[in-house]
Amino acid sequence: MSRATGFYYRRRRVTDVFAKTLGVAATAFGLFWLFWILLVTLNNGMHALTPAIFTQTTPPPGGEGGLANALVGSFEMSLLGVLIGAPLGIAAGTYLSEFAERHPAWRETIRFVNDILLSAPSIVLGLFVYTLAVRSVGHFSGWSGAIALALIVLPVVVRTTDETLRLVPNVMREAALSLGIPRWKVTVQVLYRAAAPGILTGVLLGLARISGETAPLLFTALNNQFWAPSLNAPTSSVPVVVFQFAMSPYDSWHALAWAGAFIVTVFILLLSVATRAYLLRNRFDAAA
Amino acid sequence: MSALPSAAIGLTIDDAHIKARSVVETRQDAFFRALLFAAATLVLLILGAAAASMLWGGRLAFETFGWKFIVNDEWDAVGHQFGAFVPIYGTLVSSAIAMVIAIPVSFGIALFLTEIAPTWLRGPVGAAIELLAGIPSIIYGMWGLFSFVPFMAAYVLPWVDLHLGAVPWIGPLFRGPPLGIGMLTAGIVLGIMVIPFISSVMRDVFRTVPASLKESAYALGSTTWEVVWNVVLPYTRSAVVGGIFLGLGRALGETMAVTFVLGNAHQLSESLLMPGNSIAATIANEFTEADSDIYLSALIALGFLLFVVTFIVLAIARLMLYNLARKEGH
Repeated sequence: MSRATGFYYRRRRVTDVFAKTLGVAATAFGLFWLFWILLVTLNNGMHALTPAIFTQTTPPPGGEGGLANALVGSFEMSLLGVLIGAPLGIAAGTYLSEFAERHPAWRETIRFVNDILLSAPSIVLGLFVYTLAVRSVGHFSGWSGAIALALIVLPVVVRTTDETLRLVPNVMREAALSLGIPRWKVTVQVLYRAAAPGILTGVLLGLARISGETAPLLFTALNNQFWAPSLNAPTSSVPVVVFQFAMSPYDSWHALAWAGAFIVTVFILLLSVATRAYLLRNRFDAAA
Repeated sequence: MSALPSAAIGLTIDDAHIKARSVVETRQDAFFRALLFAAATLVLLILGAAAASMLWGGRLAFETFGWKFIVNDEWDAVGHQFGAFVPIYGTLVSSAIAMVIAIPVSFGIALFLTEIAPTWLRGPVGAAIELLAGIPSIIYGMWGLFSFVPFMAAYVLPWVDLHLGAVPWIGPLFRGPPLGIGMLTAGIVLGIMVIPFISSVMRDVFRTVPASLKESAYALGSTTWEVVWNVVLPYTRSAVVGGIFLGLGRALGETMAVTFVLGNAHQLSESLLMPGNSIAATIANEFTEADSDIYLSALIALGFLLFVVTFIVLAIARLMLYNLARKEGH
């Protein structure tokens, strides 16, 4: 090997090692933030967690109290959001995968728009629901909060339903149709059964996304220091309370904000880990 | 012939019955199809209605201020003068900082997850990075305000002010008091938030490169870096750009985390160390305080601008990503 080739060879090796080192460093950089954020949230949240969190309502400025009304409000609105968003999403996803074969342009347009809706800023959806369901009615309400959350669940479920149904082998459709079964029955009783794990994953992912959403609730459900008499009244939610309390100057409010952040984070982490495990276990059933 | 005798199984098959049943089933099918069609159309309607409702809600501001709404930097709630330049500037600058951080880091992570890491490590590390995307933005905001801002103020910003502030040309960007909150901090937090989105797209598209292409390059004696730079990246270029735009779309519209660490100040300053504002943070902070029609309208008009910008960015992202899918033959 001449001196020149030795030099070039070494330079290529050095570049390669350098790039690999940077790749490892970038990954360490990403993981570093994950651990820092989780550590701070879990540590502060653990210390702030008391039984009163689950039994008392949110306190006045500087006072002691809990998050009971916010937890119930979050639960109600998230549940309603999923109940409204998921069926619509499953229906739309089914149309895209199963019933749009004669309108490919229309199908691709809706897929495109859904993909955009999927990453659209949630605060913009909140503004939309404000003009739709708050301004027209004249007051903030838990219902409008639930609608805003449903708009976030919808595109997630549309996409996962569409993708999962497309994974179901055609043999299944043909076998069912050849028995003379109408298409809606084939869809509901055969395809949905095969695609159930994937669709459920989409619904759970949607739930995980909305349980920490703050921006769309700020001016739809607003907030409420006390128990909301019904979903027709302004309703408090954990993320909005966390936002309000964290930005305040009171230590007791900060502690409650950390407790709320802790509950939301743990819930979402458990949900996403469980979803991932469930999907891994069922992935092959859906594809087989 | 209305009834067909079937001696073998001792049954008579009623032709009229079959006809009636098939009519019913056809009707059910049509109904089901119409139902699903309506749901799919709803997706389209929501996006259209969102744009229309914000344009309508913001018309008072657009009519009153005209195109000056975008270039005017005065935001005076008492004097009813609203110009969106400060929040627009803040949104663009904080997103630009986020991209400067997130693009190289995401590329490094994708490189690690597809080429460098041993196979058994790829799954867990990839899942951990994706967990970053699962953390709600309000948590980023709280962590940012209570942990990251003090850290920046105590350790990073004094150094930035002293060293980067002395560099010619870009110096003024980095000169200022170490407040902690401000454009630079917000940009870094945004960068961390979009890393999982960009890196997971990059990882997924890197995986689509045919093994035969990579193996050919390796067989010619290429190093891993040369394969990635000369084979993988050119093959996936449009999708990589698509992933970057997807992250940019996220960064532009991110609300809560930015609201916590940006400082919420309607002032234009040269330094990245000073507090600023963004479109989303302005809306989140001031919407419930808007006490006049023109104030509310100006905020909704801001929302409309954000919607238009993110729509364009996300549309570019999707088109870029579809390009690769088409190449793949899907």
